[in-house]
Amino acid sequence: MITRSAHEMSAAMVKGEVTSEQLTQLHLDRISAVDQQVHAFLHVDTEGALAQARAVDAARSSGEKVGPLAGVPLALKDVMVQKGIPTTAGSKILEGWRPPYDSTVVSKLKTAGVVILGKTNMDEFAMGSSTENSAYGPTHNPWDLTRIPGGSGGGSSASLAAFEAPLAIGTDTGGSIRQPAAVTGTVGVKPTYGGVSRYGLIAFSSSLDQAGPCARTVLDAALLHEVIAGHDAHDATSINAPVPEVVKAARSGDVKGMKIGVVKELNGDGYQAGVRSRFEESLELLAKAGAEIVEVSCPNFEYALAAYYLIAPSECSSNLARFDAMRYGIRVGDEGAASAESVMNLTREVGFGREVKRRIILGTYALSSGYFDAYYGSAQKVRTLIMQDFTKAFASADVLVSPTCPTTAFKIGEKANDPLAMYLNDIATIPVNMAGIGGMSLPCGLAPEDGLPVGFQIMAPAMQDQRMYSVGAALEAALLTQWGSPLLSKIPALAGSK
Amino acid sequence: MSLTYEDVIAKYEPVLGLEVHVELNTLSKMFCSCSTVFGGEPNTQTCPVCLGMPGALPVVNEKAIESSILIGLALNCSIAPFSRFSRKNYFYPDMPKNFQISQYDEPICVNGYLDVEIDTEEGIKKFRVEIERVHMEEDTGKSLHVGGATGRIHGADYSLLDYNRAGIPLVEIVTKIVPGTGKYAPEVAKAYVAQLRDILRSLGVSDVRMEQGSLRCDANVSLRLIGAEQLGTRSETKNVNSLRSVERAVRGEMIRHAELLNKGERVVQETRHFQEDTGLTRSGRSKEQAEDYRYFPEPDLVPVAPDAAWIEKLRASLPEHPSLRRARLQEQWAVPDKGWQQCLMLMLSTSLKKRYCWVPIQLVPVAGGLERYLASLMKAVLQLLN
Amino acid sequence: MSQLSRSDVANLARLARIDMTDAELDHLATEMDVILAAVARVQEVATPEIAPTSHPIPIHNVTRPDVVSASLTPEAALSGAPAQEDNRFRVPQILGEEA
Repeated sequence: MITRSAHEMSAAMVKGEVTSEQLTQLHLDRISAVDQQVHAFLHVDTEGALAQARAVDAARSSGEKVGPLAGVPLALKDVMVQKGIPTTAGSKILEGWRPPYDSTVVSKLKTAGVVILGKTNMDEFAMGSSTENSAYGPTHNPWDLTRIPGGSGGGSSASLAAFEAPLAIGTDTGGSIRQPAAVTGTVGVKPTYGGVSRYGLIAFSSSLDQAGPCARTVLDAALLHEVIAGHDAHDATSINAPVPEVVKAARSGDVKGMKIGVVKELNGDGYQAGVRSRFEESLELLAKAGAEIVEVSCPNFEYALAAYYLIAPSECSSNLARFDAMRYGIRVGDEGAASAESVMNLTREVGFGREVKRRIILGTYALSSGYFDAYYGSAQKVRTLIMQDFTKAFASADVLVSPTCPTTAFKIGEKANDPLAMYLNDIATIPVNMAGIGGMSLPCGLAPEDGLPVGFQIMAPAMQDQRMYSVGAALEAALLTQWGSPLLSKIPALAGSK
Repeated sequence: MSLTYEDVIAKYEPVLGLEVHVELNTLSKMFCSCSTVFGGEPNTQTCPVCLGMPGALPVVNEKAIESSILIGLALNCSIAPFSRFSRKNYFYPDMPKNFQISQYDEPICVNGYLDVEIDTEEGIKKFRVEIERVHMEEDTGKSLHVGGATGRIHGADYSLLDYNRAGIPLVEIVTKIVPGTGKYAPEVAKAYVAQLRDILRSLGVSDVRMEQGSLRCDANVSLRLIGAEQLGTRSETKNVNSLRSVERAVRGEMIRHAELLNKGERVVQETRHFQEDTGLTRSGRSKEQAEDYRYFPEPDLVPVAPDAAWIEKLRASLPEHPSLRRARLQEQWAVPDKGWQQCLMLMLSTSLKKRYCWVPIQLVPVAGGLERYLASLMKAVLQLLN
Repeated sequence: MSQLSRSDVANLARLARIDMTDAELDHLATEMDVILAAVARVQEVATPEIAPTSHPIPIHNVTRPDVVSASLTPEAALSGAPAQEDNRFRVPQILGEEA
């Protein structure tokens, strides 16, 4: 049951084959059995999840109408605020904090009857590409426990690959949903910026952050997308327009006549061989399904990484200023005649990890007087250029594609001491956030050289998210035919599996 | 060996700069829907947004934008067709996010003026105070310092924070530098604040009570030798809680600067705090070591682009300028003596607030007797109420 | 050629209110040099005629009506407070002046 898709689980509940409570318990048991090895979860809310499950069962049996994902379990990235439930953003500085409010995404999940199993592990404050920056220890890739699950949302994607949950919520600022999806063989979507409310999303980089659906199938992601998306009066940057018809697109999977643009600068040149070959094979499948493959060029993409590593740290240096030991979170050094200032300084020193401190210092520098124009100011101009590149590219293609990231999952510890090497993991995903458009990663095979998952990235123009789902569904169907069974059926069984 | 004011103005000329913060009387806060009612129990008017909790986001109060535009129009400003919020980054426990959402290089209103009149023994003198900008920002929480001698921050053991006030809309009105006031600098500063207060009251955008903090004035003063071109070093004086304090603070600072300069010493660019009891200022934070605020556009808010038609509608809704009203009433009532003017305006504005009329007995012998006076008074009050 | 000295980084740490050790400051100074060299390339294309983008979506005038809605209870507001007294957040003695 736990290897099924969310859609299938929902159908089973509708048919009365299983109750939500049973389904939830199965997943809680699975977490107990395997999470010691995977470490996807920071907190499991057993009571809350079962209570929600029972409520859905009661509603269903009394004939009330319930939504398509009602009663289906979900794992929530610990960057999303959930009332009364420990929320840490993967950081020590928020250890023990229980928010007094729900994020809009959580409110929507609750209204939809989705069962939130618990909070998943992540790089601290969403800064990282491997989940090694979590203050609570790394998450392990279920495909190979010695390897990273991607980041910053490694916990969410790993929970899907380990069958601890059929659905998850992630957040993506430079690739933090898509890259973990790629290296764990799962589906992850970053909606158009503003498509999903950021109210209650602990901010890393406000103009880039976006919450999105994670799942094992494209249709599941679409169903979850429709639950969490929509305008929110609490978020001034949320789009006031109807949610794109992503479920309809995912069901149709029709790409006939669609122009699929391969971005020359992101075509896999220099990437791991198996990543590139799986990408190119997928292009052939899409061509066979009726799409036209074209080449586009986005010359300013080579500056995207640099601009990102100025904008994101700048915004985060300001967003993280609120963690000062005065109103919530840990407080260190408050003894004797210590001043507020010294308590603040010491708490932040002890409470923040290395990568976070590195980015705060970088951001403080980039915004400081005398350097603003050269760094932050210039980076915002590069952003304009990247948006122009996309606009031009979308004039000759309906969607753009690339491999999601240059390599498969690397070993834990391999890149931990080389920040620049780590940052390169996001080279293909970052342009999407800079322009605010939508991006999806879905599994397109295993790399022959290491047997590890490879991700295929699809990018759609702003507010045209449904195009990603059409193309994604088409590719997924073609691959399923080729493989005979889903990619995740090939994942090695974890110890403790039934 | 302290100088007299006359000594000071014989040698130096003052240059003023005035920053006035106005707390708007909107029902809800600038970026969230918490109540702005004064005097509530601590932390009963807070929410994740104004507490700066992780994940919270601001959304702009539309009435605050309207009030800011009205203030700008009343001060003859141009309204920016495109205006943006910025983050002003610094750390202080009364500021929950450790940045203030304010406006930096794209404020809502720019380049206005206010004509100020003062009554001197040489007759009525007019000064045009130019307005640099009017912009929107948010107020901070209130700290209670415990354990110190006077409840002040120095020597306190710890502090208690109440965030009810955090996030209340503030409008900051900044003048350009005001040269040429000469010996009347203190009076001009006072008259500027007084007139600004009248205008704000007539607009109905704030209850402008200096003693309650809904109108705050920071006075910047510098001196230069008479005839010199270069500006002197300025000091900023805060905690000026009444009109009289504005005048005293400016006068006091002029004397203090002159004493330093006469001794060949340097005026330090710093923030000073006005002390009601002595009329003197004491040194606060040195502005020379001022923080780098690292302003950048607020990414959680989108720009404000007020519709031109809306601006015109607001302009048309402006009440009559208080100085024009005074002139009109003076003519209508045939009140010849200018001393009456003050008396009259005070009475009328008081009666609007407290809904009674009081008649100063001195008025009776003039203007055709008590009955006619009372009738005119009622008529004027009704006009004002409309 | 080092762009940032240890005292530059110390200044930044002071602005950011982080009490770093000397070892951290040294380490960061080296890392900053490497990172800044890499990110400085944005200046290559950031010519004057290009307008900066601070928002990916071109929307304006998002406001809310001036209406009051329920606040948190003081208990909820103070629920995460490291220290409190009389329904206020208690903080250690503040050295700096109010702004």
